[in-house]
Amino acid sequence: MTKKNVIEKIWENHVVNRTEGKPDLLYIDLHLVHEVTSPQAFEGLRISGRRVRRPDLTYATMDHNVPTIDRHIINDQVSKKQIETLEQNCREFGIELADIDHPDQGIVHVIGPQLGLTQPGKTIVCGDSHTSTHGAFGALAFGIGTSEVEHVLATQTIWQQRPKTLQIKVNGKLGFGVQSKDIILAIIAKFGVNAGTGYIMEYTGEAIRDLTMEQRMTICNMSIEAGARAGLISPDQTTVEYLRGRRYAPQGEEFEAAAAKWLALATDEGAAYDKTLEIDATEIEPQMTWGTNPSMGSGISGTVPSPDQFEREADKESVRLALDYMGLEAGTKLTDIPVDFVFIGSCTNSRLSDLRAAAEVAKGRKVQGNVTAIVVPGSQTVKQQAEAEGIDKIFMEAGFEWRDSGCSMCLAMNDDVVPAGKRCASTSNRNFEGRQGNGARTHLVSPTMAAAAAVTGHFTDVRELSSVNL
Amino acid sequence: MQPINQFTGVVCPLNRTNIDTDQIIPKQFLKRIERQGFGQFVFYNWRFDEEGNKREDFIMNKPQYEGAEILVAGENFGCGSSREHAPWALLDYGFRIIIAPSYADIFYNNSVKNGILALKLTEEEVAVVMERSKEEGYRLHVDLEKQSVNDENGFVAHFDIDPYWKKMLLNGWDEISVTLTEEDYIRQYEEKVYGQQYS
Ligand code: SF4
Repeated sequence: MTKKNVIEKIWENHVVNRTEGKPDLLYIDLHLVHEVTSPQAFEGLRISGRRVRRPDLTYATMDHNVPTIDRHIINDQVSKKQIETLEQNCREFGIELADIDHPDQGIVHVIGPQLGLTQPGKTIVCGDSHTSTHGAFGALAFGIGTSEVEHVLATQTIWQQRPKTLQIKVNGKLGFGVQSKDIILAIIAKFGVNAGTGYIMEYTGEAIRDLTMEQRMTICNMSIEAGARAGLISPDQTTVEYLRGRRYAPQGEEFEAAAAKWLALATDEGAAYDKTLEIDATEIEPQMTWGTNPSMGSGISGTVPSPDQFEREADKESVRLALDYMGLEAGTKLTDIPVDFVFIGSCTNSRLSDLRAAAEVAKGRKVQGNVTAIVVPGSQTVKQQAEAEGIDKIFMEAGFEWRDSGCSMCLAMNDDVVPAGKRCASTSNRNFEGRQGNGARTHLVSPTMAAAAAVTGHFTDVRELSSVNL
Repeated sequence: MQPINQFTGVVCPLNRTNIDTDQIIPKQFLKRIERQGFGQFVFYNWRFDEEGNKREDFIMNKPQYEGAEILVAGENFGCGSSREHAPWALLDYGFRIIIAPSYADIFYNNSVKNGILALKLTEEEVAVVMERSKEEGYRLHVDLEKQSVNDENGFVAHFDIDPYWKKMLLNGWDEISVTLTEEDYIRQYEEKVYGQQYS
């Protein structure tokens, strides 16, 4: 039997039809829907008199627009309209919805895994590029546009060109105080925002195997920031144990049977990839970005680079524009950069373990007077669990704001906006110009690094804070 | 969607790499529930200042590029968010064709599905077009059937495109209708995997 990697195995299992000269027609096992990229798709169905083929494989929530304080007061009429539109569409087409009052509401990429909807071997799509998150379970999960959302609603299939496969091997063990966010930021800084374009990636290696499911999700989440539509991790016992007992996962004996199937999907020993890139985990230090795309970053011991350090004209120009936007001088030590805002949240880093880690740093310390720091749990369930552990109190005593769940300051579509010219340490995934607000300056970091910045007022190597249990 | 084959238009150069969809259409404009009307917001933060005044020094605001229908940009165009509002905005503003050395995967798919021809030229060829389009009234002629681009001063380039996408664009087909002709296969698959029929 030919040896296959996990990507090829899942792909082959889902081919509905393959014809020469055409992409493959793939069946979709789970379609997640949210309020921003779906209204035009439902409208398209209505116009052409089509129905949703598999409402039973479709699940909706609202996350991008929702307020994180006073949830019922949506001041922005256009946001309100979008939220109401999703409610109407779900009612009309018979789709299960975790709306704003629902205990399961949360960021779509946090609740899918939490509910056990996300499972190994599934094909999963959502009108959101961070659908790659679900790849952590060994699922083939990728973001799609609104036309494709409509297509999946109507046909439960999607046309996909068979991609090339890229292995990203993370060798060795992570050092003290280094988080999974640092692995993915280091990968993107090293290989660039283009490295995965046209590929589906699989993360392998000892450092990846050592991670918990929540940590794996952080890595797969940012696959799109490396240019890949999807990034997977082969299922293993960690995956199985995470899913055991989750609401939408198989139960009882069925679970054991499913688990055996899931484990068999893991990449075969010696299977080939079109390309392999390697990185040494032992050399990764806590990371932060200084520029306006996620590859413009380095270890915290670094300095802001000069455009002259780059070879290609286009890169020099991009770095020049980035430094100008970020208000940074070449040569500045990263630890000398002050912060005004701290955001702990987003589908990258808003799960219980992220909040626990950040709280560990915040505990017994105080947010610096000039800093606004907010913590936004990824789902209402995460919020509840954190509160049960007293994590909310730790944060609030330290001077952080404790909010309801949603995308919030990750993209600032609701009222959580970083003002122009202000600098934010953010645990999210994109540092694009204006992402957190017009003129806002975003530095991507891990949850512990964000908390360290909040309590010191500038970027800090979290490993140097005394008596932190990392 | 509108079919596209032969096309001639004024070229606007946007000499940046990694232009992300947050720049193409900033998030404050994603709240509409229609597909139309996004053109006025395209590259909003680059075209307008905080008070909403036109930034005269931004290239798309220069009078010579008014009515441009071809946009040329640096590599990895359309990276970031999957928002289809990006191609909707470009199309609504008037761009039918984009030229770049490479595109982000999702953006590329989204574009073709809206009848935008996002074509790939080499970095050298893109550099030539960038340079020549500084001249007022510079136009390119694109022929999708022949997969070629040329100007009036001897620049000729060939581009590759997936035959499936090419056919979709040439015919302006609606993809869902195409897929529904595969109904038998979908039903067979469902019976095999889910043990029942859904249509
Ligand atoms: S948290 Fe941010 S990146 Fe994640 S789905 Fe929401 S807006 Fe997108």
